[in-house]
Amino acid sequence: MIKKIIQKTGIHFFLILISILSLFPFIWLISTALKGPEENIFAYPPIFIPKDITFNNFIGVWKQIPFLLYFFNSFIVAFFTVMLNLIFSSLAAYPLARMEFQGKKLIFSMVLSTIMIPFQAVMLPVYLIVLKLHLVDSYGMVNGYLGLILPFAVNAFGIFLMRQAYLSIPKEMEEAAFIDGCSVFNIWRKILIPMTAPSLAVLAIFTFIGSWGEFLWPGIVLTNKTLYTLPVGVNDLQGMFSANWRYIAAGSIISIIPIIIFFICMQKYFVSGQNEGAVKG
Amino acid sequence: MNSYYKKFIPYLFLIPSLVFLTIFFFIPFFETIVLSLKDYSNDIYNPVFAGLNNYKILFQTKEFYTSLKNTFLFLFLVVPILTIFPMIVAILLNQKIKGIGLYKVLIYIPVVVSIVVVAIAFKWLYTTQGIINYVIDIIGAKPIGWLTDTRWALISVAVVTIYKGIGYYMMIYLAALMSVPKDLYEAADVDGANVFFKHLNVTVPHIMPTIALVVTISSISALKVFTEIYVMTKGGPLNSTKTVVYYIYERAFENLDLSLAAAASVVLLFIILIFSVINITFFENKRYKL
Repeated sequence: MIKKIIQKTGIHFFLILISILSLFPFIWLISTALKGPEENIFAYPPIFIPKDITFNNFIGVWKQIPFLLYFFNSFIVAFFTVMLNLIFSSLAAYPLARMEFQGKKLIFSMVLSTIMIPFQAVMLPVYLIVLKLHLVDSYGMVNGYLGLILPFAVNAFGIFLMRQAYLSIPKEMEEAAFIDGCSVFNIWRKILIPMTAPSLAVLAIFTFIGSWGEFLWPGIVLTNKTLYTLPVGVNDLQGMFSANWRYIAAGSIISIIPIIIFFICMQKYFVSGQNEGAVKG
Repeated sequence: MNSYYKKFIPYLFLIPSLVFLTIFFFIPFFETIVLSLKDYSNDIYNPVFAGLNNYKILFQTKEFYTSLKNTFLFLFLVVPILTIFPMIVAILLNQKIKGIGLYKVLIYIPVVVSIVVVAIAFKWLYTTQGIINYVIDIIGAKPIGWLTDTRWALISVAVVTIYKGIGYYMMIYLAALMSVPKDLYEAADVDGANVFFKHLNVTVPHIMPTIALVVTISSISALKVFTEIYVMTKGGPLNSTKTVVYYIYERAFENLDLSLAAAASVVLLFIILIFSVINITFFENKRYKL
């Protein structure tokens, strides 16, 4: 009995330690952001709770950086990336899971092979293609958004995720619906889509997180600041307030509030969903 | 059941995805290879066929070798820790104790936050007069230029990647741990095995496929590292954090040297291909089987 109590205390001790470590970088940013100009942010020993807590850094950085615009841009890009992924993946997965047709093997291995093509190794031609299609912000806002969205409109992970979901549904459902005179499209829309809602939710959430945090691609294609997404805008803080760590910290904290709220609301999907493989590391 | 659909129906469902995969995966893939065989140096609008010359130049470039070396160094720093540490955390979380849900959420937070913010947060921790150097000072060592010292910069960046990955791999392990039969532990308990050996002898062999999976996917993502480096060091100091992806980025988008960027991309493609093939054929073969 005593041995068990000691063991449990030990486990709690480690888990609390790891939890604190995982929050620490953010706690330290918050602490720095709350310090006024007269407080030394480099003090030895470090001051965790500022003597005079001030929100002036948050207000100051909010006034200079169009965070709402960046939120809006990130949201538009993430939202449409998610929608396209849901539609395209769930469509493509249906025949791959359920139908027999000529070239199935070939198409299946084509889709599979894209998993092995990392974006980082083909980003240069993707950029040239996007330029050729005029999908950059110099051709207007909509083109700019499309350039951020379309290259990520579908990926093989999503297709395979949905295929697994369809495979777990009993075939009899569709057969019965067909005998009742339901068309293929309606079988997909009225039976398969509702029955795979949990997988669709997982795909949506992980696509959203990925798109929301993406930096490399928007960093390459965006030239117009009015189309900046959050990660690009936040990275810009460093240049704008070069040594003003109070502002950089405040801006960084502001930028993560939406995704933290989103995560806390959706946490049960994260815990159950990650392992379905919707994420492209 | 055989023909409740017309012959063309499957293709209708597949077309949207195939169009996008073609434009944004297949064409760029072949285009990368084509670009790597052309010489743009005389006239960027009228490249000439160069055969394997770009590869010859690439492999004579010291900077590229440095980036290759750094990439593998980074992989060897990151992968063992991301394989073992999240497993330990997951084993601790797989017990019947209170507050598990809260711990999971807290440990997972770095996964959902953008890597840009995480990198900025660490840059602040790493500053010369920063909080990590304060701890170093207490221990009695000299302050370290975490991101400015060529000996430390790559390690410092690796710490950020590890930090951001722990929650992600922990979740993968947690799912695997649920499948370990409880009676195996009871048998070990009866034998009087201590906690460490219990897990070494029971848990580890049972989740071996998952461990292998984590090794391959964390290797692939280590080979693709970019953003942490861009935000924290820009490849410096003295190229000590320049990885292959960073090298490609610099060649392509800063120096407009398309040929070398493409040649380096092909090398990267080839390296990642090896890991992907291992992963797909050995560890995730169920998901990817027709």
